[in-house]
Amino acid sequence: MNEHDKRIPQTVPIQSATFSNPINAEIRRAAATGIYDIRGGGAKRKVPHFDDLLFLGASISRYPLEGYREKCDTRVTLGTRFAKKPIELDIPVTIAGMSFGALSAQAKEALGRGASAAGTSTTTGDGGMTPEERGHSSKLVYQYLPSRYGMNPDDLRRADAIEIVVGQGAKPGGGGMLLGQKISDRVAEMRTLPKGIDQRSACRHPDWTGPDDLEIKILELREITGWQVPIYVKVGGTRPYYDTALAVKAGADVVVLDGMQGGTAATQDVFIEHVGLPTLACIRPAVRALQDLGMHREVQLIVSGGIRTGADVAKAMALGADAVAIGTAALIALGDNDPKWEAEYQKLGTTTGAYDDWHEGRDPAGITTQDPDLAARLDPVEAGRRLRNYLKVMTLEAQTIARACGHNHLHNLEPEDLCALTMEAAAMAQVPLAGTDWYPGKPGTGY
Amino acid sequence: MQTIDLATQTLREMNATLQAQKDQTNATQWEIENPRGAHAIAVGLDAPIEVTVRGSTGYYCAGMNKQATVHVTGSAGPGVAENMMSGTVIIDGDASQYAGATGRGGLLVIKGNAASRCGISMKGIDIVVQGNIGHMSAFMGQAGNLVVCGDAGDALGDSLYEARLFVRGSVKSLGADCIEKEMRPEHLEILRDLLARAGIDAKPEEFRRYGSARKLYNFDVDNAAAY
Repeated sequence: MNEHDKRIPQTVPIQSATFSNPINAEIRRAAATGIYDIRGGGAKRKVPHFDDLLFLGASISRYPLEGYREKCDTRVTLGTRFAKKPIELDIPVTIAGMSFGALSAQAKEALGRGASAAGTSTTTGDGGMTPEERGHSSKLVYQYLPSRYGMNPDDLRRADAIEIVVGQGAKPGGGGMLLGQKISDRVAEMRTLPKGIDQRSACRHPDWTGPDDLEIKILELREITGWQVPIYVKVGGTRPYYDTALAVKAGADVVVLDGMQGGTAATQDVFIEHVGLPTLACIRPAVRALQDLGMHREVQLIVSGGIRTGADVAKAMALGADAVAIGTAALIALGDNDPKWEAEYQKLGTTTGAYDDWHEGRDPAGITTQDPDLAARLDPVEAGRRLRNYLKVMTLEAQTIARACGHNHLHNLEPEDLCALTMEAAAMAQVPLAGTDWYPGKPGTGY
Repeated sequence: MQTIDLATQTLREMNATLQAQKDQTNATQWEIENPRGAHAIAVGLDAPIEVTVRGSTGYYCAGMNKQATVHVTGSAGPGVAENMMSGTVIIDGDASQYAGATGRGGLLVIKGNAASRCGISMKGIDIVVQGNIGHMSAFMGQAGNLVVCGDAGDALGDSLYEARLFVRGSVKSLGADCIEKEMRPEHLEILRDLLARAGIDAKPEEFRRYGSARKLYNFDVDNAAAY
């Protein structure tokens, strides 16, 4: 460079917003391997979420409840429509379905211990019910999945509720995956598969299609279980109004609605990030479907997908949910992505908070693995205690907000307690934009 | 012989009565009259009893059966003997789609034809069909034996795992990763036993065996066209 050139101002290198470094890295990875990226977890992209809502709190028009004196109830009963034995929970935060296979036996035990200590339910996954899980879970929901791995009538009758899984938020319309690394002897036996193969779970049920068939399937399950336990229907967030209405029509006691932030053990990144609706966008249409059918609160609604705090719990319930379910957050409470494993995350080419190669079975925290040495790192008693603490904190947080809004039960939270920080959130949650009495699509406004 | 008449008793009463039978029950012979195509007849049984259904059934007859023998004198609707664990289910007529779906054990005998997806996702059940079977049968079949004395429709054994398929007649087409395999003496023995238990007069030597090529067991981008 000569003296003249040095005097010319240089342009600053500009990274393309379209071809960003992460995008370019994925293009290079795809070109090198010829296979799409598979990972665990839910959508990482930023979408309108509960953070975009605020509670209004009490004012002259409403008075609050005293936080240290006046009771704010948190109990919830699920399955009141048909089941002879509805599930009664102390708190409205449940543990979502996660399989033995995707998770270690220690992690499943810890989930059961933590949930039971907090007075709530946990849920099996795509792989059947293990004795440890049943033994450590005071309330266990048994998932009825397209793969039917491990399905048998004895476990059905041992369950406190049955959850027919039609879809999940991370991959609505897609089936499950468990790569060969995690098909250990025990997992293979439970799933009736050869050890070490890539296990693909079907995307739809093998013996029914459509809502009319679902109604008959629910009848069969009720007849097998003597109409004793609630039957949930879980759907991924895609067409929440119609899916909720059809689940109710088919005879569900409870609808579980999972938004796109909901996690998975393993699926294609393109699926996780580009299919489905944000959780926030799912709740009001589902509640409207229940209200239109006169079934709101008679058929309970459980919302999942990105629930992290008591504020999220309170917001979901204010929008009309009866309870929420957590998956990823529960794993983090157990110890997933803990900074104490940073050196090992680095060896795996990732970092704390970003580790999502759950399908590879090399989880340093011993949670998403079938490696006996790694799994032994997780103490199920201690991890269960952490989960219990976390569930208790979430509940206390939700109670704090409810009392501030003047409610003596979390179920009394209502949309009128909320406002939105963004137009998008206002439209999705159908609550006013902060400082206004308007939201996009509000009836009678012409917008 | 105990008789339950579905013209006068409810489905719940019938299933509750049959499900209440224990291993040592003396009431081992049961007859269901007037099924009239009802769904979920004789589901969730778990005792060594014999139940004869006089007529045709709707969806999921004998679903999740354990130990019991359920004999339907007519035809069966979709999902007969779905997820059966053990015991025997016999259909004198035809069976609709998904017969024996996800079954884990026991023997399902269909004396007529079976529609599409017979034995879908089977996990150990033995199914013997005297007639023909429809398309996509034994899709993702994991374990057990499917014996077809007639013809098989399109895409037999698509994405098959370790289930064994035996067909005496023609196969319209094989599904992804399903191939014809050598019939060895042990397979002839399996066939002979199943045909005898099903009460079907056919020679094992007349059948061909199909199974998984096991090329899709672990993902390989060069097989992407098969997915």
